[in-house]
Amino acid sequence: MKPAPFAYAAPRSLDEALALLAEHGDEAQIIAGGQSLVPMLALRMATPGILVDINRIAGLPGLLEDDAALTVGPCVRHAELLRHAGRHRHWSLIAAAVREVAHPGIRNRGTLCGSIALADPAAEAPAYALALDAEIVLSSLSGERRVPARKFFRGVYETARAPDEMITAVTFPRPAPGWRFGFQEIARRHGDYAIAGLCAGLRLEAGRITEVELVYFGIADRPMRAPQAERSLLGEPNADAVKEAAAAAGAELEVEGTGESSAALKRQLMRVLTERVLTKLIVGAPGQ
Amino acid sequence: MTAIANDEPGLEIETVVNGAPVRARVAVRQSLVDWLRDDLGLTGSHVGCEHGVCGACTVVVDGVCVRGCLMLAVQADGASIETIEGASASGRLAALQEAFYTRAALQCGFCTPGMLLTAAELLAGDDKPDRETIREALSGNYCRCTGYQAIIDAVEAASTSEKR
Ligand SMILES: Cc1cc2nc3c(=O)[nH]c(=O)nc-3n(C[C@H](O)[C@H](O)[C@H](O)COP(=O)(O)OP(=O)(O)OC[C@H]3O[C@@H](n4cnc5c(N)ncnc54)[C@H](O)[C@@H]3O)c2cc1C
Ligand code: FES
Ligand code: FES
Repeated sequence: MKPAPFAYAAPRSLDEALALLAEHGDEAQIIAGGQSLVPMLALRMATPGILVDINRIAGLPGLLEDDAALTVGPCVRHAELLRHAGRHRHWSLIAAAVREVAHPGIRNRGTLCGSIALADPAAEAPAYALALDAEIVLSSLSGERRVPARKFFRGVYETARAPDEMITAVTFPRPAPGWRFGFQEIARRHGDYAIAGLCAGLRLEAGRITEVELVYFGIADRPMRAPQAERSLLGEPNADAVKEAAAAAGAELEVEGTGESSAALKRQLMRVLTERVLTKLIVGAPGQ
Repeated sequence: MTAIANDEPGLEIETVVNGAPVRARVAVRQSLVDWLRDDLGLTGSHVGCEHGVCGACTVVVDGVCVRGCLMLAVQADGASIETIEGASASGRLAALQEAFYTRAALQCGFCTPGMLLTAAELLAGDDKPDRETIREALSGNYCRCTGYQAIIDAVEAASTSEKR
């Protein structure tokens, strides 16, 4: 199993990389960690004309945190992000989610930006990016634009990114006080892509739930919020609302089966995940 | 302008492999593990699936375990690489190797180099991992022989061994 021939360039500056993307268009593929692209090359599911290796570009943003936001540059590995998120309570969702991404050796090379660019519907990164209201920074020779995660993911492996654009950062605004997060996924083995997963966030103010984010992944062509389920949780935290939300989520979204997992199974898993994650989140919440 | 390379004539790379400098010309689509095995004769790294799922090809690049089949040899330019041969010779795996031997944590041995390097990375960051942590750390390494229990036992035993 060997890749088909391709040309290879390792630009030293962002401008050179963007010029290569502009010149080669659809024929070019960026290689970051290579943890999704190289398997596709080996299986010959991808046969790009040229690989643009971004690992040698000087001056790209790394991992940067200030009071307002966390910025994650294109060569930041899942492992580095996990170490950082693990040290900060406000990034507990990122820490919990990245722990489920693949295995240590893959996290040592794979990148968040690569995972966002790939947009696998069962991947964790697009889901937590959506739940945390992240922005995707896209650069091309004609400049920079920022696309919110909710507008970025369009379908299976489909995003708002144009072929001549590179993701130069993903930024996560720091959650406001009162937010707490929960995460769980169900996979065949630890590190496998999820059959279904949930990123949940609640904002508690004076004992009441004032905002809710429920993002399900692995269940449709991209991560999906469940607005009706979210609304049913507003107000006093209570177990009945959790049950209602769990029922609503599976019913309101178009769920698609994949491989051996039927849509019915995924709906059931959504219910289970909702109950588990939210029950844990509201236990100990004021008012309970 | 950025230079664009192809398989012929390939690209010149400079690396350090198991402590010794190595300069070579490689085809741009050759994987790191194929280069180490086929060109340098370091056949301790194994090639199982060639698409990232089995972990048999694990090597250490600039201090961290990576899959040798998911990195191109050209990407190792400037890097320091340690294979199972180097890690074993250095003695840093001795406690793990002894525990694998005494607990029969290998049968055919195909997965063992990857298991040892991955387990060593775990133990370097966590003195006393519990069994669940060990299982998670090794979840990306397939073993078709042992059924894993003996491997988990061995890593647990090595973590408390006096030889560390
Ligand atoms: C065995 C195995 C198990 C895995 N399990 C999981 C899992 O459970 N969950 C999960 O989420 N992932 C999983 N992965 C994939 C892994 O997380 C990848 O690291 C990640 O999906 C892609 O990051 P990368 O840097 O390796 O991207 P690459 O493989 O380098 O690139 C992936 C795609 O993104 C494009 N790209 C990369 N970077 C950029 C950029 N900055 N701008 C624009 N385009 C870019 C590339 O052109 C390519 O099309 C698994 C992989 C393997 C091999
Ligand atoms: S050969 Fe590299 S992971 Fe299987
Ligand atoms: S000992 Fe044979 S594959 Fe693990």
